[in-house]
Amino acid sequence: MTNSISKPIIIVGGGHNGLVSATYLAKAGHKVKVLEAREVVGGAASTTSFAEGYRVSGVAHILYTLNPKICRDLQLESMGLDPGTSIDTIALGQDGNHLTLGRNAVNGVDLSQKDISAYTDFKKEFRSYAKALTPLIMNKPPRLKDMDRRDLSTLAQLGWKLRFGLGANSMREFLRVGGINIYDVLNEVFDDPRLKGAIAADAVLGHHMGPRTPTTVLTYLYRLWGEIHGAQSLPTGGMGEISETLAKAAIKAGVTIETGAKVKRIVVDEGKVSAVELETGELIEASIVISNADAKTTFLDLVGAEELDAMFCHRIDTSRSKGNTAKLHLALNSLPKFAGLSGSQLAQRLIIAPNMRYVEHAFNHAKYGEYSEQPVLEIVIPTIDDPELAPEGHHVMSISASFAPYSLKQGWENHRDRFANKIVDLIEGYASGFSDIIVARELLTPPDIEAQYNISGGHWHHGELTIDQSFMMRPVHGAAQYDTPISGLFLCGATAHPGGGVTGIPGHNSAKRILAMGAGK
Amino acid sequence: MQSVEQEKTTLHDPDEVLKHSPFHEQVEKHCRLRNWMSWNGYLTARVYDTLASEYFAIRSSCSVMDLTPMEKYRITGPDALKFLNRLVVRDVSKLKPLRVTYVAWCNDEGKVLDDGTIFHLEEGEYRLCSQHHQLDWLLMSSLGMDVTIVEETHDVAALAVQGPTSYSVLCAAGINGLDKLKLFGILHTELNGFKVMVSRTGYTGDLGYELWTEPVNGLDLWDVIFSVKDSGLYDVRAIGLAALEMVRIEAGFIMPGDDFNTAETAIRAGHDRSPFEIGLGWVINFDKPHFTGKKALQEEKGRSIKRRLVKLLVEGNKPPVDSFLYDKKKGQRVGTIKSQIWSPILKANLTLADIEYHKGKPPAEIWAEIYYQKELEWQVTWARCRISKDPFWSHPRRSVTPPERF
Ligand SMILES: Cc1cc2nc3c(=O)[nH]c(=O)nc-3n(C[C@H](O)[C@H](O)[C@H](O)COP(=O)(O)OP(=O)(O)OC[C@H]3O[C@@H](n4cnc5c(N)ncnc54)[C@H](O)[C@@H]3O)c2cc1C
Repeated sequence: MTNSISKPIIIVGGGHNGLVSATYLAKAGHKVKVLEAREVVGGAASTTSFAEGYRVSGVAHILYTLNPKICRDLQLESMGLDPGTSIDTIALGQDGNHLTLGRNAVNGVDLSQKDISAYTDFKKEFRSYAKALTPLIMNKPPRLKDMDRRDLSTLAQLGWKLRFGLGANSMREFLRVGGINIYDVLNEVFDDPRLKGAIAADAVLGHHMGPRTPTTVLTYLYRLWGEIHGAQSLPTGGMGEISETLAKAAIKAGVTIETGAKVKRIVVDEGKVSAVELETGELIEASIVISNADAKTTFLDLVGAEELDAMFCHRIDTSRSKGNTAKLHLALNSLPKFAGLSGSQLAQRLIIAPNMRYVEHAFNHAKYGEYSEQPVLEIVIPTIDDPELAPEGHHVMSISASFAPYSLKQGWENHRDRFANKIVDLIEGYASGFSDIIVARELLTPPDIEAQYNISGGHWHHGELTIDQSFMMRPVHGAAQYDTPISGLFLCGATAHPGGGVTGIPGHNSAKRILAMGAGK
Repeated sequence: MQSVEQEKTTLHDPDEVLKHSPFHEQVEKHCRLRNWMSWNGYLTARVYDTLASEYFAIRSSCSVMDLTPMEKYRITGPDALKFLNRLVVRDVSKLKPLRVTYVAWCNDEGKVLDDGTIFHLEEGEYRLCSQHHQLDWLLMSSLGMDVTIVEETHDVAALAVQGPTSYSVLCAAGINGLDKLKLFGILHTELNGFKVMVSRTGYTGDLGYELWTEPVNGLDLWDVIFSVKDSGLYDVRAIGLAALEMVRIEAGFIMPGDDFNTAETAIRAGHDRSPFEIGLGWVINFDKPHFTGKKALQEEKGRSIKRRLVKLLVEGNKPPVDSFLYDKKKGQRVGTIKSQIWSPILKANLTLADIEYHKGKPPAEIWAEIYYQKELEWQVTWARCRISKDPFWSHPRRSVTPPERF
């Protein structure tokens, strides 16, 4: 684009997606500068210390595989990328009878043969659906009007994958389940309540949705998409190490990264970005500005409504972006004892969602601005394979807890402790004596995530991943192809297509889009 | 039975389905024809007595029209100017206190939502008047701005006093300071102990004023103006919307919703209109900070215009009501007539018409196909049409200061 020699491309935010975008652009010969508000890079993919001597992945804790194309393109392996130990999912049963859900197989002592074989078929079938969506996920979403060649090719590939990749029967089935809810689908396929509960939890974690919410099949497929390339894992050193590796690749490609540099304003001149202004008042000129921040922060706080059209601002303002998942970090003086779990099983991803009614009831509370009386939990103890994160013999437990609405009816001030206690009590029911081994704890509600990680609403995906906020409508119509109504301003974070998770894909797609636009394509 | 009784008391009074303006007592007395219509939910006179005499009151003496139903919004707060400038296509920063300007505003796609006027009442205080209800759009547009928007449609009583003798009548009524009031100027004054705001504005293309006061003073204001008649020197006549419709077409003023679909009401693609397409390109100011629709309008400016609302003179005396327009007799369809009147003062068929342009140019010839009745039988005829660049009627005294006394 214009003048890449003198004025740099500025990336607002050094989250993992900002780093990916920066590296692609630097590799293509651009001068790129990343400005990160926090003291470390990575944003929601970083490692933090929450008590003296205890470290943990601050927000995202499980890697559902960083996209392999990005790993290849950016040569991340040679930078020392360490996805860590692969883990399975264990659906905790209240009676100590647990299920282990692997990539392809499920087992558990009291599981029926029918469910065991149904699981293998189900995973194969659903992974093939997820795979069929690859062209859509790895490209800018096609416009419905005025398509360019790239859009046509995306749609052609998508059509091809759906029709010929899947075959006629699977395609018909895909079109059937795509619009319905995970509750109905799982009831058709399985009998075991724990199995259904755990898969349903995967479909709704991070969303304002219960298993009976329409399109939860799509959110499940989005979650599953990482699995087509490999297993989920706990990165050594916490999620921050993944971001640190990305930062290394970025620096090697020539990117300058400044941390502790909060951008106050994106300066717009005659409808075109010209610079960014830091909180300190410093003005940095830019040829292009790419925002890793969420859409509300980017447009309403950094650009400002007066530089944009009214309806566009209204769409941004009314887009749903209030988070619903809290993080609880616990410092433990020893390993907890879960009834029926072996030592190696304890190192897996533990799910408390004993059945689908439980998950739906947990969600019901969120609809009315309450936290779940019995939340859905995703629990990991990373220190079992990565003891460096805690003092010797001690452990950290990292929990994603749903549902914890951003706008709690009574306000979070007096309820933070109560909710944390609820989670601890719930785990106590599976691991007696659990509360006695806790030496420190930290609860991050969505407002806390908003404040500490600069994500408006503290949402997992920087905005709900519903159909009306996906694809060519993500984050909203008018800013859905990574470019925005402001000329020279782009989006590269989870707020953009295809959404959140530590995938690097919005970062990759935005860089591709910018390079294509610069080349006049 | 009981519940029906109850409902009667809780539901609104059917006799008052339409709101009464503060002038209602007088309006009702004068409206001998009982020819009522609704304007923004107000009971409004279409014709009081005879259309011809009302029309000629505007054109040759002094007319009074109840303007209360017009949508009015008070815009205040530190960002009031910033808000208005982002709302409308015109540069409001140039609007000095005690001045009024004509504006239009668009949606993101640069299609016109409505038009109206902004009154800079005093430093930092504005009134926006619009044709249609705009509160939700205004509130939506206020996101992120420190501005207060209050609808004051029902809280201000307003009269339009228009016509060649309007200046003399208002002077005789005791309003001082009009001699210095220029076109689009505002004067805050007092009359019989109550506050009145006078603006030299109107919808007639002629000399005229609009008077604004609190609703409680409405009837007093009416009486003061009409009492001038007692001297026997001046006629003052209440006029309805039918007469106004005639003079506004003569003056070339367009009516959103009648002459073009507003963006809010257009349903099918291509049925909304940009300012360029309704002849308001001159209102747009691109040399000001961002405003809603700016980007779309800048892009449109680079393309040649595809259609335009024009002032169209139709030959002959057959009324071209809703007529289709063709490039020659029985030729290709090139447009439609939107509003039309027979102008008694110009003795001509005046219309506003939506015409298709080709390569930025109107058709070389335009013909109207006119259906009309003759002794209960339909006939068809063709009439040649001419686009008029200037308003059909615009009298120099509209802007002469001080106006001539009669
Ligand atoms: C509770 C919770 C649990 C999650 N668990 C997982 C998980 O286990 N696995 C998974 O894959 N995903 C998980 N996610 C989702 C994942 O964390 C995010 O989707 C992902 O990290 C988003 O990455 P990003 O780079 O797009 O944005 P971010 O990581 O949010 O990065 C944006 C960066 O921009 C910076 N920034 C914002 N404004 C400014 C400014 N004005 N100036 C300078 N810098 C600014 C921020 O500080 C931040 O560093 C979870 C999310 C939540 C909320």
